[in-house]
Amino acid sequence: MTSEFRLTVRENLAKAEVRANFYRAMDGLMTRRLDQFPDKVELERLRTQSMAIRANALSKLPELLEQLEANLTRNGIQVHWAETTDQANQIVLGIMQQHNAQSIIKGKSMVSEEMGLNHFLEALGIEALESDLGEFIIQLDHEAPSHIIMPAIHKNRVQIAKLFHEKFPDIPYTEDVDELTQLARRILRDKFYAAPVGLSGVNFMVAETGTLCLVENEGNGRMSTTAPPVHIAVTGIEKVVESLSDVPPLLSILTRSATGQPITTYVNMISSPRKPGEKDGPEEVHLVLLDNGRSNIYSDPELLATLRCIRCGACINHCPVYVRIGGHSYGTVYPGPIGSILEPQKAGLDVHGELTQASTLCGACSEVCPVRIPIPSILNRLRYDGVRKDAANTNTVGSGKRRTLSEAATWKTWAWAATHPALYHTGSKLATRFKGMLPTNLGAWTSVRTAPKLAESTLHERLKALGVDHE
Amino acid sequence: MSNTTASRTNILARLREPQRPECGFDERDYLSRFDWDRAERVRRFTERMVAVRAEVHQATADTWLDVVKQVCAAKGLKNLLVSPETERGKQIHAQAEHFPALKTYDRPIEGWKEELFYGVDAAFTSTFGGIAETGTLILMPDAEEPRLMSLVPPVHIAVLEVDKLYTTFAEAVQEQGWVKTGMPSNALLVSGPSKSADIEQTLAYGVHGPKELVVILV
Ligand code: SF4
Repeated sequence: MTSEFRLTVRENLAKAEVRANFYRAMDGLMTRRLDQFPDKVELERLRTQSMAIRANALSKLPELLEQLEANLTRNGIQVHWAETTDQANQIVLGIMQQHNAQSIIKGKSMVSEEMGLNHFLEALGIEALESDLGEFIIQLDHEAPSHIIMPAIHKNRVQIAKLFHEKFPDIPYTEDVDELTQLARRILRDKFYAAPVGLSGVNFMVAETGTLCLVENEGNGRMSTTAPPVHIAVTGIEKVVESLSDVPPLLSILTRSATGQPITTYVNMISSPRKPGEKDGPEEVHLVLLDNGRSNIYSDPELLATLRCIRCGACINHCPVYVRIGGHSYGTVYPGPIGSILEPQKAGLDVHGELTQASTLCGACSEVCPVRIPIPSILNRLRYDGVRKDAANTNTVGSGKRRTLSEAATWKTWAWAATHPALYHTGSKLATRFKGMLPTNLGAWTSVRTAPKLAESTLHERLKALGVDHE
Repeated sequence: MSNTTASRTNILARLREPQRPECGFDERDYLSRFDWDRAERVRRFTERMVAVRAEVHQATADTWLDVVKQVCAAKGLKNLLVSPETERGKQIHAQAEHFPALKTYDRPIEGWKEELFYGVDAAFTSTFGGIAETGTLILMPDAEEPRLMSLVPPVHIAVLEVDKLYTTFAEAVQEQGWVKTGMPSNALLVSGPSKSADIEQTLAYGVHGPKELVVILV
């Protein structure tokens, strides 16, 4: 019964170099975040405010999306709706075909990863080039991102230097980070210069003004959305906020939680294509709004909180499971705690339900989450949905599909014993008396731990001896 | 692409289905406020900018032009892209002989993309305002100072009038009335030169945008 997930985890746990890369990076990110919030009272207030901003937007989601669409359209931005990733890919392709575009340059976008856009386009012979430095690196190595903010965090500079040397043999070998970066700049500048279409994600959409906000440090987002004649933005339907005044607090908590920066180098607010008289900017701007299971999550009052996420990655940086198994073990687009609640809900508990077990429920994630998503409670809920008998009573995809007869029978027996005191007492008493006969080898559990030992007498007996009346 | 209308209808219908409790979210309106006077705003702004490796120069209405000249000379710039129409741009163009070769963004990008991408050393722009808390310039590019000026050349020199230096982003949005006046095609917050930490969390500057940002406070 060794699942693919477990196999990958085992494989990745054995990669000492990769584990060291993760440890170093996550340590740094945690420290830097902490430095940004010296005042704990203020931090809690900001988290509550950010939660309220996102909860407010979700409470009016359909209305805000309509308002957003109306304002964007008035501003000259074309809005497209996609229920599935396949539809979203087709929309992007359609726009490219209208312009006879054979290539596209991409700023960083996790939703495009979710769509599998690169593979989709490459299969049609269209080049989709990543321009975020981290994404550029992993694309060279045909890898997926291992972190939503720092996609190449699993690699160290020596690995990257070797990769560059292998892919660009004409350029002298260097391990210098500045030189590697300048090399990428030169290569990508030519691409930006020639690209017929640019693609980007979106961090926040403002319904009130019809504005798309993009947050970044490198300028790949600004380049992709400004230099090519056509800009396509892809994002999830949940990313909308009601007012422009919602942006400053969310922006501030996003960058501080994510990378420990008071603000990123660039905040790019796009409200329209090039207007008459303006000399640059894309002639056409498109927004693709992707559902892909989000409206289903929306239908459950408890699971809805998942959609508050602003993709800061703080839960990932603080997760003791993630730091050990690494981002690739999850086998999903979004790794870590957010991935473990989001991916099973999107793909179904039958597909990624096992990820809900990839947690000790330590609560580090929900303690740092800037929008107070109760990740452990949601994990618990999804574990329950996975094995519940009345699967029809929940909308979660794949409910009840993880229910096994043996597990159900075990818990049934346990429940029966625990609700029959006489039986329970005799049982536990017998166990303490014959503890020498209990096995010391308990499979995987004892491979790295000693088996638990039972006490000489039961708790009930000891309390009675102490004169405690527990009834 | 034709079924995007159907998708729209379906998505909105699904979102309308669940019961949505009417709830107030009063906590939304919380505003961090700082009581910083002008000197403190300048101090904070400068501290933040320098921390991300931007250059900050103090100047006055009489000296700023000289500061720009000195910066150009110190960096050995061969040319400078500057609008001939903005208030400060006119003054620079009036003294063209004291500056590196002046270039102007006088056509749509399609007419001179190659030159802009590969032949311009630096651009000079005005700013719409600044933010002290985060060390940020607010730019609202327009026909005179288009979007790519602050992005493509390796050096960006900007003048910020201290009168327009606000405490926080929220305050700037409010005081400058962004919602009322309507958003421009593109509004930007720029807080330092372009950078990346994607390789081993080591900061490298000048990834896609300018390697150097010079701010002149007037
Ligand atoms: S769940 Fe919370 S902590 Fe995790 S990425 Fe989303 S907003 Fe950040």
